[in-house]
Amino acid sequence: MAEQRSPVDGAPLVTLYDEELPPDNSYAFSPEELEEDEMILNMGPQHPSTHGVLRVELKTDGEIVKDARPHIGYLHRNFEKHAENIDYQGVIPFTDRMDYVGSMGNSLAYALTVEKLLGIGVGERVAGIRVITAELQRIASHLLAMGTYGMDIGAFTPFLLCFQQRERVLDLFEWLCGARLLYNYNWVGGVSHDLPEGWTDKCRRFLDEFVPVLDEVDKLLSHNKIFIRRTADIGIITPAMAKDYALSGPNLRGSGIDWDLRRDDPYLGYENYDFNVVVADSPHGPVGSCWDRYFVRVREMYESVKIVRQALDRLPAEGDVHENVPRFVRPLAGEAYCRSEAPRGELAFYIVAENKKPIPYRVKGRSPCFVAMGLFHEITRGEMIADIIAIIGSLDIVLGEIDR
Amino acid sequence: MITRFRQIEMRLMGPLTMIPIVLCLVVLGTIAALPVVATILSELVADFVPPALQHLTIVVLGTAGFVGILALNPIYSIWLERKVAAHVQDRLGPMRVGWHGLLQSFADGVKLLFKEDLVPRDADRVLFGAAPMLAVASAFAAFAIVPWGVREDGTVLAVANLNIGVLYFIAITSLGALSVLMAGWGSNNKYALYGGMRAAAQMVSYEIPTAILVLVVVAQVGSLSIPEIVNAQAGGILGVGDWLIFQLFPLNLIAFVLFFICGLAETNRTPFDIPEAESELVAGFHTEYSGMRFAFFFLAEYGNMLLVSMLAALLFLGGWVGPFGSNPLLFFVKGFGLVVVQMWLRWTLPRLRVDQLMGICWKYVIPISFFLLVVTTVIKGLL
Repeated sequence: MAEQRSPVDGAPLVTLYDEELPPDNSYAFSPEELEEDEMILNMGPQHPSTHGVLRVELKTDGEIVKDARPHIGYLHRNFEKHAENIDYQGVIPFTDRMDYVGSMGNSLAYALTVEKLLGIGVGERVAGIRVITAELQRIASHLLAMGTYGMDIGAFTPFLLCFQQRERVLDLFEWLCGARLLYNYNWVGGVSHDLPEGWTDKCRRFLDEFVPVLDEVDKLLSHNKIFIRRTADIGIITPAMAKDYALSGPNLRGSGIDWDLRRDDPYLGYENYDFNVVVADSPHGPVGSCWDRYFVRVREMYESVKIVRQALDRLPAEGDVHENVPRFVRPLAGEAYCRSEAPRGELAFYIVAENKKPIPYRVKGRSPCFVAMGLFHEITRGEMIADIIAIIGSLDIVLGEIDR
Repeated sequence: MITRFRQIEMRLMGPLTMIPIVLCLVVLGTIAALPVVATILSELVADFVPPALQHLTIVVLGTAGFVGILALNPIYSIWLERKVAAHVQDRLGPMRVGWHGLLQSFADGVKLLFKEDLVPRDADRVLFGAAPMLAVASAFAAFAIVPWGVREDGTVLAVANLNIGVLYFIAITSLGALSVLMAGWGSNNKYALYGGMRAAAQMVSYEIPTAILVLVVVAQVGSLSIPEIVNAQAGGILGVGDWLIFQLFPLNLIAFVLFFICGLAETNRTPFDIPEAESELVAGFHTEYSGMRFAFFFLAEYGNMLLVSMLAALLFLGGWVGPFGSNPLLFFVKGFGLVVVQMWLRWTLPRLRVDQLMGICWKYVIPISFFLLVVTTVIKGLL
């Protein structure tokens, strides 16, 4: 098979090999390399707290983890190759299935990229609706992260309190587009449905009632002494390390780096909203600990509430959400790369288009979780088994996005 | 054909495991020889049973009743736990089986009873089978010395009114660690092994402060017999003033809190549920257990919870003495009150890490309990 080359400049995109590669088992630990007292513990892919089907191989000495190797690919669904055989709009449901607890963010990133490729924009109302849904999705996603993180540390109650609130966001989405998890909501050039009658009022009511609950869960979990002692001095990602490994989103800001695409590379008019970029100030230990990453997410929810309130206030009353939806998506030859701040960090799509073809030549997703997994072995070395769980939880990975 | 027999055999194994445990308890009951229960039961038995069989009848009846009570305890403790959890978490909990789900645990028990009895292929069958029985046996046997109250004529309502009751308690509860270790090793599963090792380290460590804190009480009262410890707490302001927890303020209060913490650690309850840490070790030492054997660990856990709570109530909260005089009901209220506190803590707090747990024990709990022992003894000697 030949190489896949860009129709634009002929640069190689994917190299496909003719002959079958020999099986390479050198990645897994072999029993021969173990020293005395060491043991291989296989955690996952069916483990209650690896957040999906992540498999981690641990080389342990008692409770101490000498080395950890993540094995990914158990949820590989060949999204990028599929996308080469489906028209541009048809790819959107596939993007929903990448980060399946933050679907709005995925389809938004894809839609933005195709719009960039086509050179079209969206109306003010669509942009407002997109901001509202994206921020609500961020709240839902962070609530899940917060709740499951509590459960990873052993506190079960915050999980259910968080889930109750997440359900209310999903109810809003269900009312909006009929789906609770995989929305297919952001279309190229618009959104699938306009806000229903009374939706904004219900959304406002949710925000009003959500903030006190968040305060309560925050009190229950974030400042609990046991919780702090479990999380505040493990899984340290130094600012330099975070930059080297190209972390993004809450993981990056948890290391004390002030970087948020919504402010630094704004899209959808985010520059017009008044919100703070949350950066960890680590009152309980070295910067970049698990607690910092966790707490960035908690505080980001308050900021998202602020953004949604503003977006609801300034949403234009009239406007056709299908106004700019193109009848046929047939871009000229070219390529586009567009990034956006998804709940888990910098989610970007790279699309290569052939001239006037209805299907993309190549689609590549840049997923923040996959990048975060890259430094997993660095921060787990020398920690204890219980800390591995805490670190996986604090990176807030979703395997659907890692494996795609 | 062979497979068919194997299936039938496995079906039967679950209920059959109940037989050795009952036998074990009958033997234990006989050894404890219960002169006290004998006197109570003998009046009833004397009229109906031929003299030659009276002693045996009493022992069997007493043990059966005792085991019956203890077997019912987990069923309602589990219901209570689920209700406490549900209301902490802003939901209802079991509501379908019986009034407010009261029969839910029976339904679960029946389900567990009829589940296939699975033993992993590479497990150590002897240890694997013996571990749950030992767990239940140690939890139930410790109840032998728990006095439930005292009658008008001074008879103590206990299976065995030992004059060294607290020593017996310390000795028997140590068996629990053995059962967890056996389960962890016998399962031949790495997670179970981790759970077993953690449990052994944890239980053995926390037995030391438990014993010292019991000694704090013993040194003040001057007796190893639990009924005497309770009787020494009768009277005072409002009938509660002489409870040990209020004496030598705040020394005994600290001792009580530490004793309760040690109890939590010995029963593997949150925040010390490290041996069965669900999010780390899947299910810890009982990862490979299912059906009735799994239920036995549950029986043991809830038995231990009640035991620790009752001991704390007896040693520090005056057992059955209180503002309304001597009343076994009061003892139950105190015991189950502390059980509810354990549940409340479980659904509120996260879990400690294994090194932090040991650190708390060796750096704080043991030194403080030694300090308490020395100070209370010196004060008692001076007074």
